[in-house]
Amino acid sequence: MTMILDHVSHAYESGTAMQVMALDNISLVIPDGQFIGLIGHTGSGKSTLVQHLNGLLAPTSGNIYYDGRDIHDEDYPKKELRSKVGLVFQYPEHQLFEVDVFKDVCFGPKNLGLSQKEIELRAYEALKLVGIEDEYFYQSPFDLSGGQKRRVAIAGVLAMKPQVLILDEPTAGLDPKGRDEILKQIAALKAKTGITVILVSHSMEDVAEYVERLIVMNRGRVLYDDTPSAVFAHYEELEKIGLAAPQVTYVMNELAKAGFAVRTDVTTIEEACDEILRVVSSVPFE
Amino acid sequence: MIRDITLGQYYQADSVIHRMDPRTKIVGTIAFIVSLFLIKNIIGYAAAAVFLAAVILISKVPFRYMVKGMKAVVFLLLITVVFNMFLTPGEVLVSFWKFRITKEGLRQAVFMALRLSFLIIGSSLMTLTTTPNNLTDGLEKLMKPLKILRVPVHEIAMIMSIALRFIPILLDETDKIMKAQLARGADFESGNLIKKAKSMVPILVPLFISAFRRANDLAMAMEARCYRGGEHRTKMKPLRYRGRDLTAYLTLAAFVAVIVMTRRIILPF
Ligand SMILES: Nc1ncnc2c1ncn2[C@@H]1O[C@H](COP(=O)(O)OP(=O)(O)OP(=O)(O)O)[C@@H](O)[C@H]1O
Ligand SMILES: [Mg+2]
Repeated sequence: MTMILDHVSHAYESGTAMQVMALDNISLVIPDGQFIGLIGHTGSGKSTLVQHLNGLLAPTSGNIYYDGRDIHDEDYPKKELRSKVGLVFQYPEHQLFEVDVFKDVCFGPKNLGLSQKEIELRAYEALKLVGIEDEYFYQSPFDLSGGQKRRVAIAGVLAMKPQVLILDEPTAGLDPKGRDEILKQIAALKAKTGITVILVSHSMEDVAEYVERLIVMNRGRVLYDDTPSAVFAHYEELEKIGLAAPQVTYVMNELAKAGFAVRTDVTTIEEACDEILRVVSSVPFE
Repeated sequence: MIRDITLGQYYQADSVIHRMDPRTKIVGTIAFIVSLFLIKNIIGYAAAAVFLAAVILISKVPFRYMVKGMKAVVFLLLITVVFNMFLTPGEVLVSFWKFRITKEGLRQAVFMALRLSFLIIGSSLMTLTTTPNNLTDGLEKLMKPLKILRVPVHEIAMIMSIALRFIPILLDETDKIMKAQLARGADFESGNLIKKAKSMVPILVPLFISAFRRANDLAMAMEARCYRGGEHRTKMKPLRYRGRDLTAYLTLAAFVAVIVMTRRIILPF
């Protein structure tokens, strides 16, 4: 189910003095099963872009195709689109409302008009996929910790069995441990289900380890769209737009400048470690 | 989708009206509304229309913004017009089936529509040209004499300014919540009334929770800054009348005088 964005632009408050060009001529192809990171400085248009993918916002100009059909065609079933392209918003507080966690996760599949049995089955599966234990099922979602709320919110969308899962800043406001846990969970989920996952973030460190493709946005445009290591090679340009490559990129580049023959395109700490050991151990002692 | 509501919205511009003391604008708006109810004939409405148009021009607020405010009450306006038109007894002009439109009814309806629209445009002009903070400052100062009657004037003003401040925030929040639920396949449009009302629950619960959380945060922040209302509190920018306010009051007095005079003109319709 390939998704195609064809010269999509979006202006907020268009036609007024306060017009903001949030997306500027964006063209992208998102094939099945990719793990994509969408990165950009605050205000670069990431949230605006992902809301186009499930038809919550309509482009001011340009077209979006899902599975070969224009999603803004009159007769395109919007509800079906939203069940296939699941979007989890930045703040879980915006969607949790039921008396207990389990019921809340049931909301999505219920809207799809499934049988009660199927609804509950899906809710159970979804909660398990995000690592929520049974003991939390009948608690109020408002009594959970920030990280748990986020998981329940993700489960609420997963229960609709989407083919594309979009997560808008799933780690915002979490401590480093909570952040790592949720990212690991998402990676595990991706490995298990094989669906397309788009991870929105403004931290390179967050996504570098997991994604296979990195889209960097700046002021409503796509600046880079490549593998993480190819994108990080532009670390100096990234800094200019308020982003930074992962720490290891800097370490490796400094080492290379200091005369060590290390590869600079590594993206994770483990890779960097191996690479440094490889180079250091090949240097003969004098 | 929900951002089109202009109630309590401020339009940034640099005009004499914007710079005027909020008290002048409040008194002016009240005087304008009262004089609307004094009007007896079409000449009076013409005078009010000229006055309103002049103030709008001076204020530099695009006319479009006033009309936007009207949209919300168009239904109310229609009902008033229809009731007045059909239910006023008098000399029959047109009649069909069970309905009769009378000359008096038609007159009533037109006048009522004019009165209501002027009222709404006039008051939205005030909110469009005055920041919420200024508005409550003005109200507080105007109501100060009520303190003798132990009315908690400062507290009322504070409550109002906080409420006004939160309107856009809560609208924004509602927009986000609606989107989050739409993304989970929620449907706010189809179905009968009961189903529609039920579909509001997933919006209202998060909205209330967020409103309470914000209120709590705000109370905490005020507490942390040792906020004490009322007595001995000074203002960073105390309100002061200037020359333009005097001009405004004089113009206003002239306007009210004109309106009162138009009452004496007797027209055949
Ligand atoms: N509802 C709106 N009305 C008007 N302008 C908006 C609205 N939402 C976003 N914008 C503007 O559009 C631009 C892009 O915003 P967007 O929320 O897509 O950025 P973002 O990349 O998601 O940022 P963040 O990292 O802070 O979430 C910003 O300049 C923002 O001010
Ligand atoms: Mg965002």
